[in-house]
Formats: sequence, structure tokens, C-alpha cells
Amino acid sequence: MKYRSVFDIIGPIMIGPSSSHTAGAARIGRVARSLFSREPKWVKISLYGSFAQTYRGHGTDVAIVGGLFDFDTFDKRIIDSITIAQQKGIVVQFLIEEAIPYHPNTARVRIGDENGELELVGISIGGGKIEVIEVDGFALRLSGNHPAILVFHHDKYGTIASVSNVLSKYLINIGHMEVARKEVGKQALMTIEVDQMIDPSIIKELEKLDNISKVTKIAD
Amino acid sequence: MFRTVAELVEQANQEIKKISDIMIDQEVEVTGRSRNDILSMMEQNLIVMEKAVERGINGVQSHSGLTGGDAVLMQKYLQKGQFLAGDTILDAVSKAMATNEVNAAMGIICATPTAGSAGVVPGTLFALKNKLNPTREQMLAYLFTAGAFGYVIANNASISGAAGGCQAEVGSAAGMAAAAIVEMRGGTPNQCAEAMAITLKNMLGLVCDPVAGLVEVPCVKRNAMGAANAIVASDMALAGIKSKIPCDEVIDAMFKIGQSMPTALKETGQGGLAATPTGRKLEAKIFGKPIK
Repeated sequence: MKYRSVFDIIGPIMIGPSSSHTAGAARIGRVARSLFSREPKWVKISLYGSFAQTYRGHGTDVAIVGGLFDFDTFDKRIIDSITIAQQKGIVVQFLIEEAIPYHPNTARVRIGDENGELELVGISIGGGKIEVIEVDGFALRLSGNHPAILVFHHDKYGTIASVSNVLSKYLINIGHMEVARKEVGKQALMTIEVDQMIDPSIIKELEKLDNISKVTKIAD
Repeated sequence: MFRTVAELVEQANQEIKKISDIMIDQEVEVTGRSRNDILSMMEQNLIVMEKAVERGINGVQSHSGLTGGDAVLMQKYLQKGQFLAGDTILDAVSKAMATNEVNAAMGIICATPTAGSAGVVPGTLFALKNKLNPTREQMLAYLFTAGAFGYVIANNASISGAAGGCQAEVGSAAGMAAAAIVEMRGGTPNQCAEAMAITLKNMLGLVCDPVAGLVEVPCVKRNAMGAANAIVASDMALAGIKSKIPCDEVIDAMFKIGQSMPTALKETGQGGLAATPTGRKLEAKIFGKPIK
């Protein structure tokens, strides 16, 4: 079941005009911001499918940029987000892609500064609900049917056990889990699908563990 | 956990509960939140809906200038008292348009199930409020019942115009509203499902063809007619009329129709009303040149 809560259907509270192209777009930007954990200096956004065809009318462009400023779906500053970016000297570039995407509402968000870069592909599946299908070249093989978190960590023994210990303490069952790394002993990524919803306080607790650099909820 | 309308209705009948209570029970189970927390979260949504209706019936204009003011015209017409359709239907029509006019103006709304279809559920609810004088709790129950049917549609078909056309958005919203109206008026869970099926059957095939890619034309008026459709279907279900095709099969048909719909008619601004001479002219006026 991709939609688990009644508030996926009655909600979100948002500024118009489109739940998929505005609210969903803002949420894609916000996940990228959360993973990058700081304001980027430059932004490159590729829009595909229906996003590419109708982004101007739906405010998809301002919504993604607003999400990168961590604005929620109902934050009116979304409307002026591109102007805000200009004032802050952030370079924002949009690429309108011709390629046929896997889902009609697809955006590839690339952001960065002098200290690093992040690339993320998100799809907006309707009613404001989104799925993240790729992060930094790691394809996320999530079913979309369960809540999921991403854990960026240092590739070191005991880290996976410490994460699963915290989850078990809160009676959260792991349904599917993948671990990937680019090099031995360097940055690695855990993708964890669970059966229960994860409270923000658990995310904070996970982030305090040794060798964990970032934890983000990517699906409710 | 219910996955289909048949399971939802069966659960309600077995436990002798309303659809809205089954939805609240499931939300408690899935999220681990308390019933009170869930009710107060829904109350926040209800407050946003009420404010949007209020703002819209007092007049609002979109940035493009394409929409705004129709909710006001309908309220004024209602006050004159010389209408053919009923006052509840026309009040719902006005309040549905009010919400979508606020949405088009990038105002704050609550997606039900989407922003483009956000007018139908609150439009009918606030028209019924005048007619039936429900308690606040009954108004919240209305949203949970609508949510229960929307949940089944979203998981078994789609609520996205880009994936399934307008039938998936305004069609779903109208079906959700029809079921909620039946429950508020004292109908059975079975009658809720009949109302939903009758409504959605009459929205099948509806394409998503927004002029200039804006959620304005024809979206605002489709919400108006979605609200009218829902109210009529609720009366049909309460009269004892049944859908020959079961609700779950109607939902499945909607999904398959959406899959076979050409991309030009799924929120790309390329076909249908968007591609008419006037649609293209309006697009050129707003953006300087047509999208494609």
C-alpha cells in the first residue's frame, strides 16, 4: 500500500495549485535539502514528463527551490523562492528534458557548494506523495509500500548493528534493508524499509550514534 | 486493514461501525497515534478548508486572470432565490469553486485528495453544514469517510492527473464526497459504496487537459460539477438505487482507462481543451508563447 495514512488522502495543507506538481515538488526539494543538511550554493534541476510540460503553470520550479530552503508545503515563501535564491547569490538552473521518464512527474535535483555535491531523483506520485528513486548514483530499490529511512554512515564494523538496535528498542521491524558503499572504509548508505512509522525523535537518536553522518526519512 | 471497498464495507458491517470509525481505527493501528491526536490533526485540515471556502466566496483572482469570482456570482444568484437546481447543490457548487479559485491563486488549501480536486469534498461539506447542521465531530467524520474511500482508490488505482487523467482527481474526489454525504445523512456503509460507485462511473474517461498547464480552466468548473454529481449520487443511493458494477470494479476500470489514455490528455497541456484555438490563445497571452 503506497498510501498508508488517511492524511495522505485528506492533506497535505499546502499552497496551490497542484499537489503533485507543487506540494510534491517542494517535498522532493526538501528531501534533497535534508540529505545535504545545508543551503547549497548552486542548484541544477532537470524536469521530465508532465513536470517538463507544465512546470510554469504549476509553480514546480519555485516549489523545488522552496523545498531546498526547507520550506514546507504550506509556506507562502515558496512563491518567491527563486527571487530569494537570487538575493542570496545562489545560482539556479533549470533543464527541460525530452527523455521519457519512468514516471510522468520526475525531477533530478543536483545541488552543491565548495564542500560537496548531492544528486537525487524524485517522483511525485499524486496527492503530494513522493518517492525518492536515486541518491548520489545509488538506485534505491524501495517498494514504496513501507516507511523508509536513509542512513549515511562511515563504513565501519558495528554501525549496522547499532542502527538496528535502536530500531528494535522502539519495536520497529525492518522489512527490507540494503547497504552500499563506494569504497571500503568510506561513505556508505543504508536503505531501510520498516513496518512501522518512524517518529522524528528516533531519527535524532539514530543521528547521535557513532559513525552516522545523516539520517533522513524518505517515505512515511 | 482494508484494501478494497468490499473489505471496508464488510469490516464496518461486522463491527457495526461507521466507515469513518473504521478509518480512524486503522489510522491508530498504522501510525500508533492516539485517536485524539488523529482527530485534532483532521481538525487542522478542516480549519484550512473552512478558511479557503470563506476566502473564495468573498472573491479571489488568480495571477493569470483566468479564474476567480465565479463562487461569488453563484452566491449572489442563490440569494435571488430563482434557481432550478436545489439550494444545497448550488451552495456546494459555489463553495467547491471557491476552494479551487483560492488554489489557483496559490492560496492555502487542503488537498482532498489532490489540490486540483480540492474543492469537491469541502464544497459539499460546507453546503451540508448549512442544510443539516452537523456537529464538529460529524464534520470530521465526513473527512474520515471521504479519506477511507480515497485511500482505496489511491492504492488500487491512482489519484494523479498525470497518471490517470481528471477521472483520477475530480472523479475520485466526487466519489469520496458522495460516500461521505451518505454517511452524514444516516445511510449504511453499503449505500456509501453504492454512491461512490455511481459517482465514479459518471466521471470515467474524464481527461486532464488544463489550459496553459494551469490548474484553472477547466479545473475550477470540474470541481463544481463533481460536487453536484456527488450530491445527486448520494440521493440515488439513499433511494435504494444500486450500481450493477461493484465499486471495486469501477475503481479498477478507472485505473485501466487511465493507463490507456494518451499522454496528451494527462496533464501535459497538449490536448483537449488546452489545444483548442482559445486555449492556445490564452496560453500565448499568459506565457508569451505556447508550451509546444
